[in-house]
Amino acid sequence: MIVLYIITAVSLTVSLIADRRKTASALQLAAKRLGKVLPAFLTMIVLFSVAITLLPHPVLMRLMGKDSGWRGVAVASCLGSAALMPGFIAFPLCGALLGRGVPYMVLAAFSTTLMSVGVLTYPLERQYFGVKVTLVRNAISFLIAMIVAVVIGLVFGEVRL
Amino acid sequence: MRLKAKQLVHVAIVCGFAAFVGVSFIAEMPLGQTMGKTFATTLLQMIKLIPCAFVLIALFDVWVKRETVERHFGSGSGVRGYLWCILLGGMTIGGLYLSFPVACSLFRKGAKLSVVFAYVGFAGVCRIPMTMFELSIMGPTFTAVRLGVSIPLIIATSVVMGRILQRHGYEVKE
Repeated sequence: MIVLYIITAVSLTVSLIADRRKTASALQLAAKRLGKVLPAFLTMIVLFSVAITLLPHPVLMRLMGKDSGWRGVAVASCLGSAALMPGFIAFPLCGALLGRGVPYMVLAAFSTTLMSVGVLTYPLERQYFGVKVTLVRNAISFLIAMIVAVVIGLVFGEVRL
Repeated sequence: MRLKAKQLVHVAIVCGFAAFVGVSFIAEMPLGQTMGKTFATTLLQMIKLIPCAFVLIALFDVWVKRETVERHFGSGSGVRGYLWCILLGGMTIGGLYLSFPVACSLFRKGAKLSVVFAYVGFAGVCRIPMTMFELSIMGPTFTAVRLGVSIPLIIATSVVMGRILQRHGYEVKE
């Protein structure tokens, strides 16, 4: 987290030295965008808080927790494929789930399918790529997400071959 | 600032939640109190990160112009084409649904099919704003592994897909 602060500070300083006006407009842009997403963002946290409180901890843990293993990956990748969620909401959500003991592997399956597999965007994608190519592309993306999840699981020591 | 209908719904949900938690604390209802506490800790955690991410994204947008990338991209083929592709995919905002029209215009401008599919893949997997969030929340190891695994796989599968489809005279429609 400190790394993020350092990167931001350095970029901001370099930008400020290079061009003051551009930097000012960047900051304005950042504030405007932040203001625009704030309601959606707070709603996400509200829904998360309500769901986490109402959903009993054992159920969540059985579905996606430490010992959920492959079932957790399967559940998460289905959720990720079906959901449509911007990254600024998805990753904070992943962070919150991580804090609840959901393994990295499961979160990798969720976030990667979320970003590259689109069940809800199928009607749109079909218009550009046609039915066959759309199905193939999504299947390939799903497979890639699975491979990413397995490698993440290996790297973080959550699964062993 | 005028709020759109969708934002109004969000504002209503947040206000309703705030009222419920407020009542819960006065009436000492444990359910609402737990929700309120969860909300506060989660919000606090995120407030530390989110302003940084937004500032970085805005700096990127101000300094790197989309047109510049697209111009360089047109001439790029081979390995360089894919590198530009990663950058262009990284600059895609929104999500998958916005990458399709861009992919279509790339195709019309004469990009190879494999490059078009690689672009869609990258637009999903390595969007820069999203990666900023990921980096700060999930940590550098997670991001490095995810990108390290998915980028080569996307290139490989796109090349195969592009070659097969090119042979069949496939076209991206509008």
